[in-house]
Amino acid sequence: MNLLWLIPTLPFFGALVLVLFGSQLPKKMVPIIGAGSVGLSALVTFVVGADFISSSTTTYNFTAWQWLDVAGLSSAFAFHLDALSLIFIFVITFVGFLIHIYSSEFMEEDDGYARFFAYLNLFVCSMLILVLADNLVLMYLGWEGVGLCSYLLIGFWYGEEKNGYAARKAFIVTRVGDTAMAFGLFVLFQNFHTLNIQEITTKAPQLFAVGSEIPLIISLLLLGGAAGKSAQLPLQTWLPDAMAGPSPVSALIHAATMVTAGVYLIARTHAIFELAPVALMIVGIIGATTLLIAGFAALTQFDLKRVLAYSTISQIGYMFLALGVGAWSAAIFHFMIHAFFKALLFLAAGAVIMALHHEHDMFKMGGLKKKLPVIYWTFLIGASSLAALPLITGGFYSKDQILWLTLAGVNGNIWFFLAALLGAFVTSIYTFRMVYLTFFGQEKTHVHYTPGKLMNIPLIILAALSTLAGFIELPHDFFHLTIFSDFLKPVLPSVVVEEDFESIEYMVQMIAAGVSVSGVYVAYIFYVVKPELADELKSSAADLHQFWYSGWGFDRLYNFLFVRPFVFLASINKNDVVDRLYTGLVAIAEFFHRIFSFTQSGILRWYIMGIVIGGILLLTLGLIS
Amino acid sequence: MNEIQITGGLILAGTLFMLGLIGVLIRRNIIFMLVSVEIMLNASGLAFIVAGAKWAQPDGQVMFIFILTMAAAEVSVGLALILQIFHQLKTLDSDAANEMKG
Repeated sequence: MNLLWLIPTLPFFGALVLVLFGSQLPKKMVPIIGAGSVGLSALVTFVVGADFISSSTTTYNFTAWQWLDVAGLSSAFAFHLDALSLIFIFVITFVGFLIHIYSSEFMEEDDGYARFFAYLNLFVCSMLILVLADNLVLMYLGWEGVGLCSYLLIGFWYGEEKNGYAARKAFIVTRVGDTAMAFGLFVLFQNFHTLNIQEITTKAPQLFAVGSEIPLIISLLLLGGAAGKSAQLPLQTWLPDAMAGPSPVSALIHAATMVTAGVYLIARTHAIFELAPVALMIVGIIGATTLLIAGFAALTQFDLKRVLAYSTISQIGYMFLALGVGAWSAAIFHFMIHAFFKALLFLAAGAVIMALHHEHDMFKMGGLKKKLPVIYWTFLIGASSLAALPLITGGFYSKDQILWLTLAGVNGNIWFFLAALLGAFVTSIYTFRMVYLTFFGQEKTHVHYTPGKLMNIPLIILAALSTLAGFIELPHDFFHLTIFSDFLKPVLPSVVVEEDFESIEYMVQMIAAGVSVSGVYVAYIFYVVKPELADELKSSAADLHQFWYSGWGFDRLYNFLFVRPFVFLASINKNDVVDRLYTGLVAIAEFFHRIFSFTQSGILRWYIMGIVIGGILLLTLGLIS
Repeated sequence: MNEIQITGGLILAGTLFMLGLIGVLIRRNIIFMLVSVEIMLNASGLAFIVAGAKWAQPDGQVMFIFILTMAAAEVSVGLALILQIFHQLKTLDSDAANEMKG
């Protein structure tokens, strides 16, 4: 475990080397440094993880140096390893490593090859700091670091104006949440006099009673930050546009890791959220609403990556829902499985888009089953996991657990359950709509490029993981395996299940399985058997289609509520009121300068006259006084 | 020296100074301006002599010698400058040398 500090340091040095010498390095060296540093980091994570699991300790702390010590606020550059952060660093380094390998082929023709890997390494480093930080100040550093890297990578192809806009939108919208989070940290510090996470966790139940005001304020402010980063209502608008970045970026940042930072934050500060049941309720409501809204929006998209983006929002909605009902470990479990299958789906989608020469529109794809068999099978496995096809996929076990706990958990209720169920139905429709449109039917665009080994191997590994990883946590009535939740138990309390529900768990699973299979069937009918049916439905509800297609009109709403008034105010204040004082000073100086420059006539006798008059005046003054 | 002679001396000095000053102010020919400046210098020198005689101190005469030396130096520099101006501008009009205005 002494090697813990190496895990974020290796990607950092990778980024440093690539930034400083990236342009001079031979092209072959770039992915070796970029992917190698993350690979080594993943290796160290395995060593540390094995050490951690085999030893009896539940936490390990490492302090690198004292960072700040001002006015009672003392925060160290210190890492805290426990079951929660171990799972996160495992996903970040391992999935990150696979995505780096994939990128080494995917980005090969790009001019910014070294720049891409430098940003990606910096991102991995920031994300690791975020999840390893033992105090909230250091966590905020990582939090902003990943925000910066997200901005840089969305706008990676900065030559096109719309990519720059997408990057700025992502940055600004998440900044709204981050500001709320910063205020949350201020309130937290004011009340706890520390920002060390462990101290807060132990102190919180002693200082405040359940339902008191301060924890409510803090948790709502932290929720603001979490909602911004995790693209939840009302700050979800940036994620679909963030697809402007390269596909590996979408896979790593906007599916597997960064967007789940909000889930991590809430799970990390669960001690405070547990003191504020209202806030937890709001978390659940946000999750339930978001998963439905994003699910319906995903139904209508044309762009393959935008479907996946909305699907990511929707799946994180599930995680928030799980957090909201206090099913902490279920949320983290779904995070892990989601990281595997969504990274897989994004990478496969990236491969498809690359094979079809940057064609994003699903309706122009089709018939790729034969041409790209590896992509097809891995994509199918990922899609099954996303649609939670019963028994054989990882997604089934993680989503089923959430469904079950929203109903049976003490904080759960029937509305959450119904929302989650409807969401599951929609999820499986849009997922298989994507599969049928892309891989079945007629071939519409010719395949230009067949992905090579470096792109296929990560896909296969991720496909295996998104299936097998589900089996480490099985429901009570089905082998009853709880490796994952037992592992998390020292960090996150387990959820209390209401007793009279135990008997119907079987039924809930049957319903969930039925819903997901019927969703696949609906998609099959609409997009394979009778494609004209989908068109008819679309034209009969064109307004609704347009509404969903635009993501429930949130962009227009925000444009109307915030962007236009802001632009209007800015245009009023175009000349900058505050600046007037300084331009005024300049004007006065220039005015006098012009007057006095008249006296510089160059005529000698005028100067002498001036001297004489001045002398007379001085003499007069001397005589009078 | 009696009181009347002192007053007369000072009045003479003042008159000479004013004549010089007016000469500097109204003359446009640089040589005349230089001459007028010399008159002003001598007027002040005269004032020193008179004052030195009044208090029976040698300081006035010392100052006069200083002024004389300075005037000699000033004339040599001034004449050199005037020669240069004449070379450049082909005129001795001081108003013509106004190229450094504002």
